[in-house]
Amino acid sequence: MSVADPTAEAMPLAPKQDVVPTIGTPVGGGGWKSHLGSLLFLLPGAIWLLIIVVYPFAATIVRSLYDGSGTRFIALGNYKAIFSTTDTIVSLKNNVVWVVVFPFLVTFFGLVFAVLTERIRWGTAFKTIVFMPLVFSATAAGLTWASIFFNDPHTGVVNAAVQGVANAVNPPGLYPVDTSAGESVGALAATGVQSGPGGTLESKTTVTAGGTIELGLTGISPTTLQANHATPALVPASSNGAIVGLVWRDFSPSHPAARGQVFPDEDGIAGLHVALLGSNGAVGATTTTASNGSFSFAGVGSGSYRVQVTAQNFQAGFNGIFFLGTQSLTPTGSLNPTLQAILSLPIVDIAMIIAYLWIWAGFAMVVIGAGLASLNREVLEAAQIDGASEWQTLRRVTVPMLRPVLVVVFVTMVINVLKIFDIILNMATPSSQAGASTIALQIYNNFASTGGQGLAAAFAVLLFILVVPAMLMNLKRIRG
Amino acid sequence: MSAVQAASLPAVTTPRKRRFRVRPSRIVINVVLAAVAIFWLVPAVGILIISLRPESAFEQSGWWTVFTAPAQLTFSNYKTLLSAGFSAGGVLDSLTTSLAITIPVTILVTIISSLTAYSLVFGRWRGRTVVFLLIVAMLVLPLQMALIPVASLYNFIGDTTGLKLFGSVIGVIIFHVAFGLPFGIFLMRNFYTGIPHDLLEAGRIDGAGEWTLFRKVVMPLGLPAAASLAIFQFIWVWNDLLVALVFLANNSHLTLTLFLYGQTRFLSSNYYIISTGAMISIIVPLIVFFAFQRYFVRGVLAGAVK
Repeated sequence: MSVADPTAEAMPLAPKQDVVPTIGTPVGGGGWKSHLGSLLFLLPGAIWLLIIVVYPFAATIVRSLYDGSGTRFIALGNYKAIFSTTDTIVSLKNNVVWVVVFPFLVTFFGLVFAVLTERIRWGTAFKTIVFMPLVFSATAAGLTWASIFFNDPHTGVVNAAVQGVANAVNPPGLYPVDTSAGESVGALAATGVQSGPGGTLESKTTVTAGGTIELGLTGISPTTLQANHATPALVPASSNGAIVGLVWRDFSPSHPAARGQVFPDEDGIAGLHVALLGSNGAVGATTTTASNGSFSFAGVGSGSYRVQVTAQNFQAGFNGIFFLGTQSLTPTGSLNPTLQAILSLPIVDIAMIIAYLWIWAGFAMVVIGAGLASLNREVLEAAQIDGASEWQTLRRVTVPMLRPVLVVVFVTMVINVLKIFDIILNMATPSSQAGASTIALQIYNNFASTGGQGLAAAFAVLLFILVVPAMLMNLKRIRG
Repeated sequence: MSAVQAASLPAVTTPRKRRFRVRPSRIVINVVLAAVAIFWLVPAVGILIISLRPESAFEQSGWWTVFTAPAQLTFSNYKTLLSAGFSAGGVLDSLTTSLAITIPVTILVTIISSLTAYSLVFGRWRGRTVVFLLIVAMLVLPLQMALIPVASLYNFIGDTTGLKLFGSVIGVIIFHVAFGLPFGIFLMRNFYTGIPHDLLEAGRIDGAGEWTLFRKVVMPLGLPAAASLAIFQFIWVWNDLLVALVFLANNSHLTLTLFLYGQTRFLSSNYYIISTGAMISIIVPLIVFFAFQRYFVRGVLAGAVK
């Protein structure tokens, strides 16, 4: 909610020197008329706040002690109920993640940007670029970042980048089989082939020098074959002292039910890595099939061999990380549900924190930058004259002097993320919403469901209690 | 310390040698900040390009391919989206609804905050300090604390008087104004405390009433603060989702955030429409931002460190 909530932002930025004037500030003249006049000025604001803020505040506390329908007093029943569900634990956990990670990062980046922009000529341009996302609604920003984190490396820029690196390190085969999607290498075997160890295929029968072997595979799409420049399958002529053979797509559109026979409309499987296996299973010579699917091992010694289609051919490519999902970054799979709820760290939290950082870092930068501009330059210069390095000056002089501003930014962001709401609604996928939920989301979801108003009120009171420390801090600051 | 700043120091204080030692790090800083700036631009550029590509292209390849094949750019998504005209639930109708909420809220918050702040600063009634501290306390109050009772209140008013507040633009406006006031009063009050009381005294002796003093003396002086408050308020209300979600429920007219959120549920199948809607939704705040950047920043800093 924080983006739409002005009170979350500039609120704690009260000027230090701004002390409440004493009650008896002498303002002479005017008489009863001016007295009444100034009271009249108070009326619209006072009435508005009393009806829409003060009364509802009290009413929500009372409401949280009644059941869903609002008719039966159940004391702390709603509170007991919300603390006994994993949903609440997950929501509190997520709020803790946000509060622990986000304000620190925002303050850190704000400080770094504020300090560094002072050293470049294009500081104003930089500030404008980083500050601009502040006008994005969390809704628009959530959608924008969802597109950045799209699953498919073809459309999501982050996964495209990761794919580039992943494929360079571990190149995919020409005929990838995605085991995570339930596909298996063994399922490709049609004629004369069976599964071998470690995701390989091997011939069912053995073959000796001068022999020919035919291996039929199915389940390979024509598009894939086309991409690999496959041509119609051709059984090679046998040759003395060599083992020759064919790997082909054993599916003919004209004879859909026929297996084991090479038809003219069947393609060879091109570019396949094949190897000879000795009788002890050791890998011997290797070669690659031609575009018509034929292969040949020349100069084969005596003994019988099997032909293996290596696992490398079926190596699945990188398919994208599901950044908007709730798979945990911490290994909690073996724990019980409660511990899982507490300790799991859904990946979507990280994605959303990055998006939120994009919105708010500019705010921190500008506020801290203003603080920086107001610092006493003489102290900084004195430190440099005394031989302090830039880093030492920053660590020992600038940051301590900026402390009050840094605290203001930090606290503002803590309040902001305690109320975090719309970025989750718009960025986490529908299936991830529950795992990425926060207190504010629980309030809304319960509010919107029939009979959930008692629980929603209890959640709201819980949220209020969490912001009380910030409220007291502000009051203390303002009173001086 | 940059060369420019160093040069402006008294010449004796900075030994020449140090300045040259700093040079390489300035290159590093420029490179790092350029990388940061690019990182910050990527999402905005990405969503802009997605909105300018046809649906077929969206499913086929990434938006970054336009840099090698710019011919695919088209306004067709905008045409599709705008062809619905002003019919309820469409993007133009949502834009109108957002304006119909945001403009009145901005005006009301600015005026009422100014009046209240005037009373708090220049009034003579007792308890001003207490009232001000209450307002400070309200600053961080989560608006979720008011949702249920205000919804009930709206329904009650609807049942007894027939005045429809729940599910109406007016209901949303009333709620927004209430939760914009604490910050507005806070900001205006901080500004008004800097206005010398003597200015008003002179007016009072001449027989000017409070309204005249407010209109002719305090309001003109407080204009910069009021502008900051208005810009700030405008952008927050424009970007709100929660209040509209709750109080505009079952209304055929949507705000832009509601429009986008409604489309999100079909995400990926109609992303090209969402991206276009998102672009349309940020046009208004972007214009406001660039036109009144100074006031907006001042609103953000609202009385922060001098």
